[in-house]
Amino acid sequence: MRYMPHTEADIRAMLGAVGAGRIDDLFAQIPGECRRRRPLNLPPALSEWDLDRHMEHLAGATATAPAHKIFLGAGSYDHHIPETIKQLLRRGEFFTAYTPYQPEVSQGTLQAIYEYQTLVGRLLGMEVANASMYDGASALAEALLMAIRVTKRQRVALSRAVHPHYRQVVETYLRPAGFEIVLLPYGADGRTDLSGLASLADQAELAAVAVQSPNFFGCVEDLKAVAAATHAQAGTLMITAFSEPLAYGLYQAPGRLGADIVCGEGQSLGIPRSFGGPGVGLFACREAQMRSMPGRLVGRTVDLEGRRGFVLTLSTREQHIRRERATSNICTNQGLCALAAAMYMASLGGSGFRQLARLNYDTAAYLKDGLQAAGVQIPFAAPTFNEFVVRLPAGSQSRYQQLLARRIVAGLPLAQYFPELTDHYLLCATETSRKQDLDLLVQEVTR
Amino acid sequence: MIGTTGLIFNEPLLWELGAPGREAFSQPTREVPEQPVDPALTGPGPDFPDLSEPEIVRHYTRLSQWNLSVDSGMYPLGSCTMKYNPKTNERQASLAGIAAAHPLLPEAMSQGLLRLLYDLEQWLAEITGLAAVSLQPAAGAQGELTGMLIFYAHHAAQGRPRTKILIPDTAHGTNPASAALCGFTAVPVRSGPQGMLEPQAVADLMDDDTAGIMVTNPNTLGLFEADIRQVAEIVHAKGGLVYADGANMNAVLGVADMAAMGVDVLHLNLHKTFSTPHGGGGPGAGPVCVTAKLAPYLPVPRVVREGGRFAWRSDFPLSVGRLHAFYGNFGILARAYSYILSLGGDLAQVSRLAVLNANYIQAGLKADYHLPHDRPCMHECVFSDKRQLAHKVSALDIAKRLIDYGFHPPTIYFPLVVSGALMIEPTESETKETLDHFIAAMRAIAREAEQNPDLLHQAPHHAKLRRLDEVQAARKPCLMG
Repeated sequence: MRYMPHTEADIRAMLGAVGAGRIDDLFAQIPGECRRRRPLNLPPALSEWDLDRHMEHLAGATATAPAHKIFLGAGSYDHHIPETIKQLLRRGEFFTAYTPYQPEVSQGTLQAIYEYQTLVGRLLGMEVANASMYDGASALAEALLMAIRVTKRQRVALSRAVHPHYRQVVETYLRPAGFEIVLLPYGADGRTDLSGLASLADQAELAAVAVQSPNFFGCVEDLKAVAAATHAQAGTLMITAFSEPLAYGLYQAPGRLGADIVCGEGQSLGIPRSFGGPGVGLFACREAQMRSMPGRLVGRTVDLEGRRGFVLTLSTREQHIRRERATSNICTNQGLCALAAAMYMASLGGSGFRQLARLNYDTAAYLKDGLQAAGVQIPFAAPTFNEFVVRLPAGSQSRYQQLLARRIVAGLPLAQYFPELTDHYLLCATETSRKQDLDLLVQEVTR
Repeated sequence: MIGTTGLIFNEPLLWELGAPGREAFSQPTREVPEQPVDPALTGPGPDFPDLSEPEIVRHYTRLSQWNLSVDSGMYPLGSCTMKYNPKTNERQASLAGIAAAHPLLPEAMSQGLLRLLYDLEQWLAEITGLAAVSLQPAAGAQGELTGMLIFYAHHAAQGRPRTKILIPDTAHGTNPASAALCGFTAVPVRSGPQGMLEPQAVADLMDDDTAGIMVTNPNTLGLFEADIRQVAEIVHAKGGLVYADGANMNAVLGVADMAAMGVDVLHLNLHKTFSTPHGGGGPGAGPVCVTAKLAPYLPVPRVVREGGRFAWRSDFPLSVGRLHAFYGNFGILARAYSYILSLGGDLAQVSRLAVLNANYIQAGLKADYHLPHDRPCMHECVFSDKRQLAHKVSALDIAKRLIDYGFHPPTIYFPLVVSGALMIEPTESETKETLDHFIAAMRAIAREAEQNPDLLHQAPHHAKLRRLDEVQAARKPCLMG
């Protein structure tokens, strides 16, 4: 097998050096009762070329653009990825290295993460960002756990307009330790309804109030109002999550509007959708709470000769030192995806990021206006970025199925997540959407 | 000596480069008009530097050249299984039908991907001997957390929540951290004089308020826990469960049967055993394998086969819930799938050669380094700096000096039960010649430790930078430029 270099002669020589007769002798320490009774029953090995054919067959069954017109967002977005990023990420020095435990031979990864932390902090308007989390959902769960640690309170408020999958992950992380999650409803405009917050907080102090912006419905939250309502409760932290960070190219960054922790999914930043993962969890907080933050951190320092260099730092927060008292169990993060995100932010630059964000907004707004003009109802009035909710006439499911047969995925049906939203669909359009396809969608949906 | 004195460029930070107005991104042609936007909500946009495409390419190319990696040399980082990452896996994961697949596509439009997941689950079940698998956890530590959530849910379903968990002192730090997230108090179990878990020590601690035990087998000393079955029986007799950390699975593919050992839950690290790239620290994947009895607790959604079709199902009322926004790190799962299909039954040969390589290193270094447990090892061997300490040379100095010889250092100061540990895991990928070079380098360093210890205290001498001031980094953290 081409991945294993050993010849028969190598094996003989090595066994001789080890003082064993056969390789099997080296496994003598494994008792018979712990052993397999039969050989591995796996499919036969494929040559590289047969494997290519097999994988092309599997992948070929997936609906992708341009053959299909797919108007799905909901936490996973179609954006152009520059070829430079794909090729640079493939450099073996990046993708076959591990966590930079030995800084003298890992400065490439370390400087790149330091740059990533800086760009993430600037994007989110925050003071400190970590080296990344698994994804947006676990980043939100970790943010809530962090707020619980910082405030020493047991209860959090979570907007119902947060991505339903993120809410499920939060529940998975918080439930066993007995923390309470209170859901905040969404209002008629599609934004979080904060009117009940004060009375909620009266019942028991809240560790945090968490919203998402743009939220699951694509609506941009009024973060100033969220900050005011949250901070009216002494000590309560405001958490802003997101699934589409490109929005902050156009809309004000949550850190500048009073958020204490900002976290979310960075897949939009140069990472392919890959059926939902790997993406990257962005995570940032205020400097005052830096030592309570989960995840790896890279810091600047100097070497013996006073030259600038970078190391993993503040590791006393982490599990390999603090074990059960660590700020999180997270160990490996999403290094290569964080690198992709940094390359993407650097490739666009400040001007390019804004221009692309604006194009996303305009493209989705064009679709939204077109649908509205054709008589489709837009139930939520709050401003949106690159996705929004439509309400189609009753019995829309059969029309949706007909469109699928015509290779059009007309958004995400929302009734599976929100029973009250039958005939509601979440539609997404980005810079990759062609005008003729948007026009086609309007035509087909209203036919 | 391979050495590391090649061309190394200096390269500034991103924001020390560029000029306002440059761009390395091809903006798409605008086909729609500008639309009004609410000025009360807009901001200035992020303060990123503006760079051109050649600047970006040169910047990251230079940065990459400051890393040691598996592609550039042997990377014997113990417990991390730094094996060769096949290039074909990258090709497969970047096929449009995988890389450009939206996770919420209707099932009928993603059947190939569901089949990939379904088959991979079956294969991992076959490899481990366990009955059911979830591919959702995004990394080993999230797999551990999933395992602990299953422990928690199982005991809760019996109506008897438990508060403690047994963790041997050889365990990875993520074990107690993951258990703590489920509200379990970690009770350490001391390993015996042979570096192994002793059934009596477990029996003394196991009670009906203890949820179970977390075992790494082979353990972090590179030894197989021979009494694992007896330990499992003790734990099961008190109604507890056995969790196995599969970090060291690369030693026992095709040999060990986890179910026969009495393991109830096991996580695998696909970035270790199954060749997916470590990526400078992720993304990984940490599938969880369980017995049939515990299958109802696996995370949702689960992929099922219904007739000839594959589907997502979430109606498992005992499930621990969801761990990931979608289905986990699918791109990584596709790479592991590609690896298993490239090897087929040869997967067993992986462990045989990984174990041979580790024993060859152990035999080659025994004369020069203290070996706390002198017996055949599994896929990694653990030495200590005991003999070099006589010359005031530590494991850290030895590790740093190895860099000058062109090798990535082994894992040091872990496991904690060996003072000054040097944990060496060569993997099956390395040739006998490379192992010989490594052994020669380590032996030369042992001589240097005796004759010129200061050379080691000052090492590395040929890397991009000399030793870095970690104390200053932690005392006055500078985490953003």
